[in-house]
Amino acid sequence: MTKIELTVDGSAVSDEVEPRMLLVQYLREKLGKTGTVIGCDTSNCGACTVHLDGTSVKSCNVLAVQANGRTVTTIEGLADTADGELHPVQEAFRECHGLQCGFCTPGMIMQAVDLLGENPDPTEEEVRLGMEGNLCRCTGYHNIVKSVLHAAEGAKA
Amino acid sequence: MTATQDRPAAEIGKDRRRKEDQRLITGRTRWTDNITLPGMLHLAMVRSPFAHAAIASVDVEAAKASPNVVAVLSGKDFGDELGVCINAWPITPDQKTPTHSPMPADRVAFAGEVVAVVVARSAAEARDAAELVDVEYDELPAAIGIKNALKDEVLAHPDLGTNKSALWVFDSAEAGTGSDVEAAIEEARTNGILIEREYRQQRLIPAFMEPRSVVVDPTGEQITMWSATQIPHILRFALAATTGVPESKIRVIAPDVGGGFGGKLQTTPEEWIAWAVARRLSRPVKYTETRSESLMAAHHGRDQVQTLTLAADKDGKVTGFKVHLDADLGAYIAVVGGGVPVLGAFMFNAIYKFPAYRFECQTVLTNTTFTDAYRGAGRPEATYAIERIMDELAAEVGVDPLEIRERNWITHEEFPFMTVAGLEYDTGNYEAATRLAKESFGYDALRAEQKERRDRGDRVQLGIGVSTFTEMCGLAPSRVLGSLDYGAGGWEHASVRMLATGKVEIVTGASAHGQGHETAFSQIVADRLGVPFEDVEVLHGDTQIAHKGLDTYGSRSLVVGGEALVRAVDKVIDKAKHLAAHLLEASEDDLEYNDGRFTVAGTDQGIAIQELSTAAFAAHSYPEDMEPSLDAEATYDPVNFNYPHGTHLCAMEVDTETGAVKMRKYTCCDDIGVIINPLIVAGQVHGGLVQGIAQALWEEAVHDEAGTLVSGSFVDYLLPTAADTISFDVVHTDDPSVCTTNTLGTKGVGEAGTIASTPAVVNAVVDAVRHLGIDDIQMPCTPERVWRAIQGSKAGGATETPPDAAPHFADGEANSAGADGALNQDEGAGQ
Repeated sequence: MTKIELTVDGSAVSDEVEPRMLLVQYLREKLGKTGTVIGCDTSNCGACTVHLDGTSVKSCNVLAVQANGRTVTTIEGLADTADGELHPVQEAFRECHGLQCGFCTPGMIMQAVDLLGENPDPTEEEVRLGMEGNLCRCTGYHNIVKSVLHAAEGAKA
Repeated sequence: MTATQDRPAAEIGKDRRRKEDQRLITGRTRWTDNITLPGMLHLAMVRSPFAHAAIASVDVEAAKASPNVVAVLSGKDFGDELGVCINAWPITPDQKTPTHSPMPADRVAFAGEVVAVVVARSAAEARDAAELVDVEYDELPAAIGIKNALKDEVLAHPDLGTNKSALWVFDSAEAGTGSDVEAAIEEARTNGILIEREYRQQRLIPAFMEPRSVVVDPTGEQITMWSATQIPHILRFALAATTGVPESKIRVIAPDVGGGFGGKLQTTPEEWIAWAVARRLSRPVKYTETRSESLMAAHHGRDQVQTLTLAADKDGKVTGFKVHLDADLGAYIAVVGGGVPVLGAFMFNAIYKFPAYRFECQTVLTNTTFTDAYRGAGRPEATYAIERIMDELAAEVGVDPLEIRERNWITHEEFPFMTVAGLEYDTGNYEAATRLAKESFGYDALRAEQKERRDRGDRVQLGIGVSTFTEMCGLAPSRVLGSLDYGAGGWEHASVRMLATGKVEIVTGASAHGQGHETAFSQIVADRLGVPFEDVEVLHGDTQIAHKGLDTYGSRSLVVGGEALVRAVDKVIDKAKHLAAHLLEASEDDLEYNDGRFTVAGTDQGIAIQELSTAAFAAHSYPEDMEPSLDAEATYDPVNFNYPHGTHLCAMEVDTETGAVKMRKYTCCDDIGVIINPLIVAGQVHGGLVQGIAQALWEEAVHDEAGTLVSGSFVDYLLPTAADTISFDVVHTDDPSVCTTNTLGTKGVGEAGTIASTPAVVNAVVDAVRHLGIDDIQMPCTPERVWRAIQGSKAGGATETPPDAAPHFADGEANSAGADGALNQDEGAGQ
């Protein structure tokens, strides 16, 4: 077992973990952060996407020990829940019907936030390429792309 | 037609944002795998690596000694309490049905079948120990591929003596719905046009995003199962029917469910194993599959060989259509099983006036993952066949594909129309949908561009694909299901609870898994009952709350479940009116109900429905002939299917040097009757389109010759990404063909996009290269297959095709010569 200390969604946490434990397992099983989900075992689907020090990562592809000393943000910590406000990207997904079953949605939103951080005014093509690592089976991506473009538009206004 | 037309519809038709989303976008979700119970144990499955093998021995000692392992159990450790996996639809009385144990003790029949289960304190420890279970197998020859299995040389289940499970036949001459197809074929052979084709519906995997998960808690009076399922009610019934636990002692909950697409319309071995283990150990257990397990062992879809004969006169008016399907059931006959291809039986004639029709479906057992419903279930296969072959007819006659359709389709004046398959289509307007789709697509301009590029010899050719589909949805009238020997009915149940505070709870037996029932059903109730949208709460998916239901599949929730809801609401209004008359001291005849308020005609007296709810709760004053309650329920059994239709147009670019295909534009005009929420409808269409497009271009579940699934991860099974797809042009007619058999006038939309899009895309790809002498490319139309088709046509077709390269075609049969032969050469033994 290895001791890790990190910040998750604004709270300092500390645990003894098996070195093989994945960050996504740590979030779900140790911290109860079940908003982040597991959709595959080959790092294709992106459902587990979180931010590690502000950059999107697939948390099935990061060991919990690699997050030691770092800051993790999940879908549950994206918005300032104290005032009930949504992050603009969350709001855009609702506004544009960018989700149906909602299973891929946490990963989609976290990836979209990172994409817009890097490129605040993307073209549709850039959104499609930037979201390529996240799979959705419900929406056909049409409204996901629209949501991301809508969030970008909103940020300009 | 409807009461909603009499007064302004405030909610129906509005693009309400979904009620469901707040939780889903903030991570406050309750997927089955999120559930943790005190003392809960975790399961890991030991699965067969062989497609067909006798189980010689199962050594569990090393696994049992592994840290924190509580038990290791195999098939021989259980008796009848393990239950059996059911087939609810034996398609013929003499169907050969292999016994499907959730965990067989003696023999495995597909790679991925469970042979033992490890129970441990953590999921990781269970999985570690599963590696230590030593199973000795005696490998048996495996029946793989439809055409191989039909030879009966290798048997999937030796004790059955054959791989042929059932032959289901519909013949319009015998049924009295049309004339003799053989006569039509003979006539066409001499005086008309005869088109014979064989199309392959490749095997697909539903690939819902949430892997299946099940939690069983045996510690209460009721044993509770949470499952990532589409069918909590059917699941509860099947557990009771097969495991000896009374139905009243079983509670099934489908919490948040992450997609299904038919893939969670199943009663699964894993659910039965978890159920048995929890009961055996008296401890809560959880099993969550990995994606690899999901792709390997959750049911697959499609997988048919379609042999088609279309007879027409010289003008392209179809005189008869004969269909023979060979459908791969996989190793067992799953819950719907052979019923899936049979559902297609009624749809091969599509929107057309065919005088003669014959349909045969031979179901076949193989040593592969069992197949069952996948979005559309039988109807995409049928639509593909007819819409592909109508394009071939157009090419033969030398007219535009839309022209050949128009010569054959039912015109809008001809509804209601009794089809050659025996269904009565109530309404439709194919002309209007086609007109609008063409306009929005820019059909004529794209045809002009196609001609220009063809004349110029452009390397990248443009193709335009057409699909004018209809489907039967809203499963289903119970009497029809009974006549087809399906094991249940097709009704749906709803209840309305008028709470003391004026809020409204509605309970539906339809169990959503992403469709947005909470929102759409709230809109229906808000309109009809006259209460605020926000005041309606929709409850579903828990058999102790929604005690009665038949769940969600077959585009049925709105058209069957929604109608049950309408009828329950109407009963509430009737009761409320009686109470209102009593409290207002007026005659019921003088009361008017508008926007949630009863008023006495000609006075300013009135009372709101919420006040009546409170009054019924207090029960201080109510008529003697009623109970102090406004609550009501309804069970609705549809009298007919409903028949949404649409015209889908697709433009594909094909690089004739590399075989690469690229979607340029996709327009669809779906006529789905009255639309409750256009935002949700658009979402259903978009998602459906991409699943259908994915069949045309990317997805295929491939088993190798030994029966191993070689497309067993998301690296190999190609789900499309955002980068592979485009934005779609979705339009609807202003004057839809309203459904006449339900109050709201709605038609189903959940499967429409998937049903329509596959042939539109393949027609477009073929259209782009038809001038090169190509008339078919097998799905998925990968660059390799397209390239080979082009090369084959340049080289003069089948002359270079090795004899074993086209397993679908025997020598001398239709399509064995010409360019097609070359198209199948990348198809190995694993179909």
